[in-house]
Amino acid sequence: MSTASHPHAGHTHDPADAHHEDHHGPAKGLTRWLFTTNHKDIGTLYLLFALVMLFVGGAMAMVIRLELFQPGLQFVNPDFFNQMTTMHALIMIFGMIMPAFVGFANWMIPLMIGAPDMALPRLNNWSFWILPFASTILVSTLFMPGGGPAGGWTLYPPLSLQAGNSFPFTIFAIHMLGMSSILGSINIIVTIMNMRAPGMTLLKMPLFVWTWLITAYLLIAAMPVLAGGVTMLLTDQFFGTSFFQAAGGGDPVLFQHIFWFFGHPEVYIIILPAFGIVSQIIPTFSRKPLFGYAAMVYATASIGFLSFIVWAHHMFTVGMPLAGEMFFMLSTMLIAIPTAVKVFNWTATMWRGSLTFETPMLFALAFLFLFTIGGFSGLMLAIAPADFQYHDTYFVVAHFHYVLVPGALFGAIAGAYFWLPKWTGHRYDERLGKIHFWLSAISVNVTFFPQHFLGLAGMPRRIPDYATQFADWNMISSIGSFGFGLSQVLFAYIVFKTIRGGAKATAEVWDQPEGLEWTVPSPAPYHTFDEAPVVK
Amino acid sequence: MARPGNRGLVLQLGGLAVGMFAFGFLLVPLYDAMCRITGIGGRTNAVAATIATTQEVSERLVTVEFVTVLNEQAPWEFRPTVSSIQVRPGQLYDTAFFARNLTDGMLVGSAVPSVAPGQAAKYFVKTQCFCFTQQNFTAGEGRDMGVQFMVDPALPEFIDRITLSYTFFVNRPATAQLISGPTAGSTT
Repeated sequence: MSTASHPHAGHTHDPADAHHEDHHGPAKGLTRWLFTTNHKDIGTLYLLFALVMLFVGGAMAMVIRLELFQPGLQFVNPDFFNQMTTMHALIMIFGMIMPAFVGFANWMIPLMIGAPDMALPRLNNWSFWILPFASTILVSTLFMPGGGPAGGWTLYPPLSLQAGNSFPFTIFAIHMLGMSSILGSINIIVTIMNMRAPGMTLLKMPLFVWTWLITAYLLIAAMPVLAGGVTMLLTDQFFGTSFFQAAGGGDPVLFQHIFWFFGHPEVYIIILPAFGIVSQIIPTFSRKPLFGYAAMVYATASIGFLSFIVWAHHMFTVGMPLAGEMFFMLSTMLIAIPTAVKVFNWTATMWRGSLTFETPMLFALAFLFLFTIGGFSGLMLAIAPADFQYHDTYFVVAHFHYVLVPGALFGAIAGAYFWLPKWTGHRYDERLGKIHFWLSAISVNVTFFPQHFLGLAGMPRRIPDYATQFADWNMISSIGSFGFGLSQVLFAYIVFKTIRGGAKATAEVWDQPEGLEWTVPSPAPYHTFDEAPVVK
Repeated sequence: MARPGNRGLVLQLGGLAVGMFAFGFLLVPLYDAMCRITGIGGRTNAVAATIATTQEVSERLVTVEFVTVLNEQAPWEFRPTVSSIQVRPGQLYDTAFFARNLTDGMLVGSAVPSVAPGQAAKYFVKTQCFCFTQQNFTAGEGRDMGVQFMVDPALPEFIDRITLSYTFFVNRPATAQLISGPTAGSTT
């Protein structure tokens, strides 16, 4: 198996070696984390930050589901409810799931391509440390007069322009979060292009590296468009421009085009790294190489390209001409083809494999099933004439939560279990991991599946109160969400228990896994691949 | 194949990011052009159109409905004087909208028209419209404001009903200038 050897000529980096006085060891204390340029430290920071934000955004979701537990207004006023839906989305997207995947990229890409670190380590430090400040600004709007943004995360004018003091802070927070991801993406692309070990050709790279390479390009192309759009909102509000104000000759629908030109690639920015993680996990626990590797790469690239020409399917109801509706409907449905290629290949990888079901594999399998459900409801929404019925209902909420929670989030959790032993040197508690899986997998469906029924029955999204015929499914959905929220507390407990101790993990961790990251000891030493490994 | 160094690649990718930021702004004129060509924005002509007096008048009948919109508690009373009329494409028609200033100060109003369905916009031609100019109102003043329009006989067959909507805004800069009077004007 061992395709790589890395003789430590001159240096020794054995973790048992306590001599860290030379420049290679981690610094002591808080400044280690403030000033670190080490990809593993920064990856850890990203991942822990995402874990914290999971609970911040999750707490907001709990407020939403608590209020929707019964019809009528019980716990919060409608304005605060709207702040919760808006902030839940912004925090979960920009503060949680994207940083989580950048954390995986930081930790794993250098290890997977045999590089000693990221190409631009100081930029890497900046990319991360922008995040806590941006998120603090965003969350602080909740405590401002008039409260946080409440017009939905899509920031449609003129509603978003009616926010109080929070408005410029929200915009600046989005600018900073965007800058962080653009800098991170530049770093990832440069690392992948310039730092691969000799022999690691592009088509030998693990699929996780491939999906991140494409994601990073999507980020660099899409994020600045959002930055431009929100800048226009800002100048409309404070500098007298009329990009989106009909009174001055502007058009609010233009914002929707700009937003979704960013927003749809963003959907794939969130899901592609999860595709990559699952593509590492399923072969490992099937004990077979990934079926159709090249097809997977091309499918990912086609999804990336198509994501830029389908945006208006988010706005079928704004009054587009028939030709526009047809174009966006058909181009959207086209995405089902490369996605189906991926689902088929993951399934074919398992075919006649020697399967075992450790926690990462369980989460990867749940991802496969439940993401596909979200994909199918997406196809339903892509049908323009039907979308007029579904638009802005809970059916849409059910759809995108199926692709984001048991899709992207389960992908991230699967990856966390998969590589925790490599990061910490300890095996996580398999029994607790499985309990966490079953609690999560059941409660996520109890939460989101009934929302399909609610949406088809006509319940609109983003409202704190509803007609009584929606009461039963809402109560079930709320009970499921409380269960899902509590299950993630167990996840945090398992992660910290694994960091603190546990059975010693071997270098390979799993049963003959593929990839350079399994050739270095567990925990991965502070510096790896000082000398490039040999890739056959 | 020579790889670009880190510096070169960073510059390329940074350039891509800056370029996409600019592209976001480029979408504004692109969108305007798209709307103008296809009429999907429902925009009609913003300056008076001149039409040949010897237009062929079509036999078909098209219903034109008039609606008014006020945003954000705009201090107007604003309504069409008739809610709809039947027109023959190719013939000029006159109608009026009534507006009253509900404040006890001077106000300048600006009306923004929109036509639905959007495909009808470029066939809906206004020769006179109160939306072409600013409308000055003294305190409490109410009056009718005229529109003269024609539906182009080339209107696609499948459209038999056109809605003309006006949103009436307070033109705040013009109001401020009106109130401060010619002294402010002379300094500019």
